[in-house]
Amino acid sequence: MDYLRSHLLSLILFVPTLGALLLLLLPRRNASLLRWFSLAASLVPLGLAIWLWMQFVPDQAGFQFEEQYTWYEAIGSSLHLGVDGLSLTMVLLTTLLTPLAILASFSISDRVQPYMMLFLLLETGMLGVFMALDLLIFFVFWEIGLVPMYFLINQWGSSNRDYASLKFMIYTMGGSLGLLLGIQLLGVLFGTFDLVALYDGWNALNEGVLLGMSVGTVKAIAFWAFVIAFAIKVPVWPFHTWLPDAHTEAPTAGSMILAGVLLKLGAYGFLRLVLPLYPEQARVFAGALALLATGAIVFGAFGSFGQKDFKRLVAYSSVNHMGFVVLGIAAAALARGTSDAHIALNGAVLQMFNHGLSAAGMFFLVGVIYERTHTRNLDEFGGLFPVLPIYGGILLYTSMASLGLPGLNGFVSEFLVVRGSWPLLTVYTAVSMLGLLFTGAYILKAIYKVLHGPANEHWTHGEHKVAEISVREIIVMAPLMVLILWIGVWPAWILDVINKAVVALF
Amino acid sequence: MTTETLLWLIPLPPLLAFFTIWLVTNRSKSLSHTVAVGAALLSWAGSMLVFVRALGVEHLGAHPFESAVNWLPTGDAWLKIGVRLDPLTTVTLFFVAWTVLMIFLYSVGYHNYGQPPGDHDRPGLPPHGATLAGRQVPSIEPMYSRFFAFIGLFAFGMYTLVVSDNLLTLFVGWEIMGLCSYLLIGFWYAKPSARDAAVKAFMTTRIGDVFMLLGIAFIYSATGSLSYGEIFREEVLHTLASVPTPIFGLSAAGLMGLLLFIGAVGKSAQFPLHVWLPDAMEGPTPVSAMIHAATMVSAGVYMTIRIFPLLSLDAATMSIVAFSGAFTALFAATIAVAQNDIKRVLAFSTISQLGYMMAALGIGAYVAAAFHLVTHAFFKALLFLGSGSVIHGMEHGVLHTGDHVDPQDMFNMGGLRRRMPITFWTFLIGGFALSGFPLITAGFWSKDEILADAFGHGHLAVFTTLAVAAFLTAFYTMRQITLTFLGPARTKAAEHAQETKWTMTTPLVVLAAFAIGYGWVGIPEHFPVLGPLSANWFHSFVGGTLAEHPEAVAFSVVPLLTSLAVALGGLLIGWLVYRNVRTAEHDRLQIPLLKNKWYIDEIYQVVFIRPSFWLAETLTSKWIDGALIDGVLHGIGRLTGRLGHTLRNYIDKPVINEFFGDGTAHVAQWFGRSLRPIQTGRVQNYMLLALLIFMLVGSVVFYVLLA
Amino acid sequence: MTFPFLSAIVFAPIAASLVMLLMPGGRKNLVRSIALGAAVLNLGLSLWVYITYLTRGLTGYQFVEQYEWLPVLGITLHFGVDGMSAPLVLLTGVVMFTGVLISWGEERHGVSTGIQDRPREFFAFLFILASGVFGVFCSLDLFMLFFFYEIAVFPMYLLIVIWGWIQTREYAAMKLTLYLFIGSVVSLVGGLAMYWVAYQNTGVLTFDMLQLEQAGFSQAFQDFWFLPVFLGFAVLGGIWPFHNWSPDGHVAAPTAVSMFHAGVLMKLGAFAALRVGIMLLPEGAKTWSLLIIGLATVNVVYGAFIAFVQTDFKYVIGFSSVSHMGLVAMGFATLSREGMLGAGVQMFSHGIMTALFFAVVGMVYDRAHTRHIPDLGGFVKIMPLAAVGFIIGGLVSMGMPGFSGFIAEFPIFMGVWKAQWLVAVISIVSIVVTAAYVMLVIRRVFFGQMPEKFEGHITPITALDKVAIVTLCLLMVGIGLFPRIMVPMVQTGVENILRLLGGS
Repeated sequence: MDYLRSHLLSLILFVPTLGALLLLLLPRRNASLLRWFSLAASLVPLGLAIWLWMQFVPDQAGFQFEEQYTWYEAIGSSLHLGVDGLSLTMVLLTTLLTPLAILASFSISDRVQPYMMLFLLLETGMLGVFMALDLLIFFVFWEIGLVPMYFLINQWGSSNRDYASLKFMIYTMGGSLGLLLGIQLLGVLFGTFDLVALYDGWNALNEGVLLGMSVGTVKAIAFWAFVIAFAIKVPVWPFHTWLPDAHTEAPTAGSMILAGVLLKLGAYGFLRLVLPLYPEQARVFAGALALLATGAIVFGAFGSFGQKDFKRLVAYSSVNHMGFVVLGIAAAALARGTSDAHIALNGAVLQMFNHGLSAAGMFFLVGVIYERTHTRNLDEFGGLFPVLPIYGGILLYTSMASLGLPGLNGFVSEFLVVRGSWPLLTVYTAVSMLGLLFTGAYILKAIYKVLHGPANEHWTHGEHKVAEISVREIIVMAPLMVLILWIGVWPAWILDVINKAVVALF
Repeated sequence: MTTETLLWLIPLPPLLAFFTIWLVTNRSKSLSHTVAVGAALLSWAGSMLVFVRALGVEHLGAHPFESAVNWLPTGDAWLKIGVRLDPLTTVTLFFVAWTVLMIFLYSVGYHNYGQPPGDHDRPGLPPHGATLAGRQVPSIEPMYSRFFAFIGLFAFGMYTLVVSDNLLTLFVGWEIMGLCSYLLIGFWYAKPSARDAAVKAFMTTRIGDVFMLLGIAFIYSATGSLSYGEIFREEVLHTLASVPTPIFGLSAAGLMGLLLFIGAVGKSAQFPLHVWLPDAMEGPTPVSAMIHAATMVSAGVYMTIRIFPLLSLDAATMSIVAFSGAFTALFAATIAVAQNDIKRVLAFSTISQLGYMMAALGIGAYVAAAFHLVTHAFFKALLFLGSGSVIHGMEHGVLHTGDHVDPQDMFNMGGLRRRMPITFWTFLIGGFALSGFPLITAGFWSKDEILADAFGHGHLAVFTTLAVAAFLTAFYTMRQITLTFLGPARTKAAEHAQETKWTMTTPLVVLAAFAIGYGWVGIPEHFPVLGPLSANWFHSFVGGTLAEHPEAVAFSVVPLLTSLAVALGGLLIGWLVYRNVRTAEHDRLQIPLLKNKWYIDEIYQVVFIRPSFWLAETLTSKWIDGALIDGVLHGIGRLTGRLGHTLRNYIDKPVINEFFGDGTAHVAQWFGRSLRPIQTGRVQNYMLLALLIFMLVGSVVFYVLLA
Repeated sequence: MTFPFLSAIVFAPIAASLVMLLMPGGRKNLVRSIALGAAVLNLGLSLWVYITYLTRGLTGYQFVEQYEWLPVLGITLHFGVDGMSAPLVLLTGVVMFTGVLISWGEERHGVSTGIQDRPREFFAFLFILASGVFGVFCSLDLFMLFFFYEIAVFPMYLLIVIWGWIQTREYAAMKLTLYLFIGSVVSLVGGLAMYWVAYQNTGVLTFDMLQLEQAGFSQAFQDFWFLPVFLGFAVLGGIWPFHNWSPDGHVAAPTAVSMFHAGVLMKLGAFAALRVGIMLLPEGAKTWSLLIIGLATVNVVYGAFIAFVQTDFKYVIGFSSVSHMGLVAMGFATLSREGMLGAGVQMFSHGIMTALFFAVVGMVYDRAHTRHIPDLGGFVKIMPLAAVGFIIGGLVSMGMPGFSGFIAEFPIFMGVWKAQWLVAVISIVSIVVTAAYVMLVIRRVFFGQMPEKFEGHITPITALDKVAIVTLCLLMVGIGLFPRIMVPMVQTGVENILRLLGGS
């Protein structure tokens, strides 16, 4: 038990990898065995994460369950893991969504073994980012996560997958070049990559000349280098165009993880690196961030409303929702330490979690209907409600969560963000309401096109008759729906953890 | 059980009913409606108990029942949510409980419980009727259970909104009702018209909602709390009133009030956000009655009354409220006179009456607004249910005779008073209450009080506008009654119309009782003869909600005579004009401008709807994302390729290759030729050559050394 | 005295080649078995040396042997490895081993893979080459270094001319030989100059580098001779603008030779440039460091961009080598701890990676008989392991964390930050370009639809090929995940160089 306690994070982190390696030993032909094994391999981290959640002490500031192993002594980088309220929430989200995604991909019958291996490796990659307390380790996992996702899209995606996957990979890598340079600079300056040390060292460094420029200039440039890397991942308008393509082409489970967790990596980067490392610059450029965030909210909503493809519509909704996260972050950057900032950040972090739930759900539901009809064109659906009453109910429920209906999770976080940023970024908040309005528009458009209206005979009769959502698929949705309602009605259980961490950090 | 606990519990039964029906009993129609009506009954009982207890409390306004819990951790403080029972809540809870219960009951009959399933009814379409023993009879609604689930959720929303002690949970209930309104208007979702109406309703109200959300955020950030008890404290209000804002020179309080009011404009279908309500009549009639007359649209007014302390701080905001209300009252009334659909007339009259209440608030007539809110809820619910009953009767006739006339068009009716007596008399009561028929109807007292206030506080513009609106109201009400019930039947269907079941008539009777009786609790004490008989209980009770008790306006004969004149005059003229009008052609008031609702919908289509589609589909998707951003990205990609080609073809090959290469190539050929003989695969030679080379190197060494 | 590991390592291949030449040419498999045996022996020896060095935590020159050779001129046979060269010895062992494996080949349904034409001579020359390479890495005597250098370079000519790609082999072989001979002669002159001046300074005639290090060359002398010496060797390292022999040579050379060429020979250049250029003329190095960094930057970016537009499978890899070797030169030229550390690891990492690349390219080419990328596709179905191997190699080459490439490149860039941060900003672009072309090549060659003309004609790879691929992949992933199996050792080598540079 003590061993478990002292190695909890590394276990959560590497059990999926272990599972992936063990998958190699299993017979390639026996698909169902592979599926169940990988499901089990992804349930272990979930169990551990839940235990972690219960063992975690919210009131204790700083990082908990820290572990440190030597990795690359020569340049002062070590495998340093640890969680606080923010990362814990994200770890929980990741470990929760991965089994669901794997369960969702039971319908994959093509090359199950590599598929599942990639998924498990992907989980390790994502978890690593959330747990890393070492800048280099952070970057290592940050980049590693790309590879499995690239191949998931490129190999199991739909028609336009080559373009989408390459765009995703190159765009993200290109974006993180600045991050890489920044990390190198920090490493050169301080000879260590340990985050805690860097927080102090880098913030203590205020005047003087660096690389022939004033420290302020260098910091400003480095700030933007970091911001762009994360902004592309979030994605913040106008860096978002990789996302609709990647989402649309990715296999269902891929989209679930992409929207559910990968986008959070970017936002998490803001919280873990940008705000602590560049408080001053963040305050100065908060307006610009807010502008981009508002852009994401408004244009994300417009873009979503303008789509004919169901999956693209949902993809753009991610841009719209993640915009609120960035808005909250911008507000916090502007007035660090005030209660407004805390409220805004609470909202942002909770929004990350909430969007993880609802977006994953939405993408899965899109996948469900796509598997049955093999089309995502909204105009080809219509009036499916009588045929798919249960599916329809679930879709309504999930999309209402994504619409931000009070009583469901989305509202709580969006309200907090709006509340937090209103006194600080009044104009931006007001403008972003336009996006909130159109959130309603595109959600209703989807329901309007898919469920409502005169029944489309093509799907309701004959050999094309669509089948009702299956039990397995309902099981995938059930945990999401429960959490959506739970957080909507009683957010305190999770928000308390977030809040304490936010107050301690910012 | 303490009153606070009761308050917490009141909203729950309908919610549980919703989940029970959704997850468990949706297969069984009888179980479903039992659960739903039972839940409504429980909440009703709870509300009545609370009501009675509230009456027993001295100065309830000063010492309301309150209870709150921590909900959101925000920094180092918590956001509390809770329940509160003050006079305003009490009276609202009273009418909500009654109307909701009645409407639940009514729905059982309205959806033809007990009738056979239709021959080719489909979920998502209204039932078309079934053949029973060769005769066409009404058929039961295919989605019967779903309906009760939805209205259950709706009732939960309304109760939450009423009992909550803070703007946040009020907003929660508000939005949940919005969702249910969307689901219920689009209940027959396979009907394109219903589908569109649902979206229209949701989006239009959402416009108000986002402003309201801003208002809430504003209040929260300014006062650090959202519960009425906190934000309406004297010093808080004082500070809010003193803080200026950049927008129209409003004070902070004024701006907050305005933002919230815009929310109410959406919810209560005030101009310019009224367009959704008429279309909302696509929903089943109980829905129209509950959501679009009694409860949800009233919620807008309720909220405005709630925030009156805030609102009243800024004169500018007040006048905005007053004039938008007054204008809406008149504007909607003008449209109502030209409508032929029995439900649409009522829809516009609802808009008009809500305008009345807003106007009342705008001129500071707090109690009058609340009073009219309650009475209107009763008689308007009654009217809607009545109209539903009429339509139902007509449909029966349609099925019976088989000639497919529109059962909602008043010009297909006539003479129904004989066929449907109960409906007739109750509808008559409702109609007279709406018109403000003197003395006996509740509508008279509430409306009269508003006019009196408007006159008494010298808001003559508002007074006259409202008076004219009142006249029109009486007029179109009588027009409706005349066309529907009086005179001979215009169609065979109308001849064979038939009185509806007890489940539908009982609610009519009950509500009719309130439509008359509820007025007597609010008779102004200075009113000749009646005043002294009954202390103005409503005024003193509800007035207690406010910090300083509003004094009743001094009695004046002018408003009294005005209201008498407009009410009676309107009714009389309405009857005289429409007594002998047989068909729509003979109706001289079918003015296109009015009939087409001042073309507002068409204008919005051009000004808002189309542009937003353009913004989304063309500007954002095609131009910004597709052309601009992706264009840049692809450009970078192509640039990389170009650069590579340039380097290879203009530097690597010509310069670096040829530059050395010329020499290389020649020597290569020469060497190649001279080496060819030794490429015989005879290893010895290779070794020899290797040795030679080595010797060469060695000799170079020696040579350099000797030098 | 202990067992002379290094001389064994150096001379075993030559011995093996002589043995092979005595064998009758017809007994192909016998020859191959001897070759394999020798390769395994060398691999074992170099592995032993490596592991001993690593696990004992040794520093400085180890396994030193010294034999008189030409006392008159102070030429001795002086062997010894330090943290820099030990990994390269291992690298050579690995490449030799895998090279033999994938040259074994087979003849099935008319498809002949590997070397079927005169394997006896082929392996003989290959092993002479190997001896030369081992010699350069091990010798601490300047003369011997040159000696082995020539031995290493010369067989390339024959290997390419005889077994190479018929269309360009003569041109390429000649180009390669000329470039390298000229380069080496230039630096040879420099070397002799040092020898002479050292004699004048100290009065001792010696080629022993350990003594030359102490010879106290004047600043002016160093400034004058550093460039010729360094660049002369760097030509073999593919430094811009003298890189052009390399892609052409790759294209012309048979698979195993390409593996040696890119995997080992180019390291030979870089290593010699380090040993003779930087370590003997440190002050000169300081003077010219920025120029070298500049040239290397051109290498990095230029190579990447050109590779991006190549349609010939081998040219892509060839230019990617140019780009990556640029990083090595860059790392050394920074003269900083991180930079040289990274460069040291990069030499090993790139050697393994590019050897793997060429091995896979060879497997594809032997079966498809074309290297024109647009004509290929869908090979993953037939040779999944090769595809996986190539993907891993690709990830290494784009510096993906978790693989040896990142371990190597990251410190190089840190070093560049110290030397000239602008260069870091410029050359980091190459990472994305590399990622782009690697991903495109992977997609076009291994995925997508296989052209029907290949359907059925493509045979799977042999077991030996698989062994080779797995060996190489394990090394790259192993170093990527556990840098400590190589980095500390390279560090000791770096410390030694820094000592010569007078700290910094």
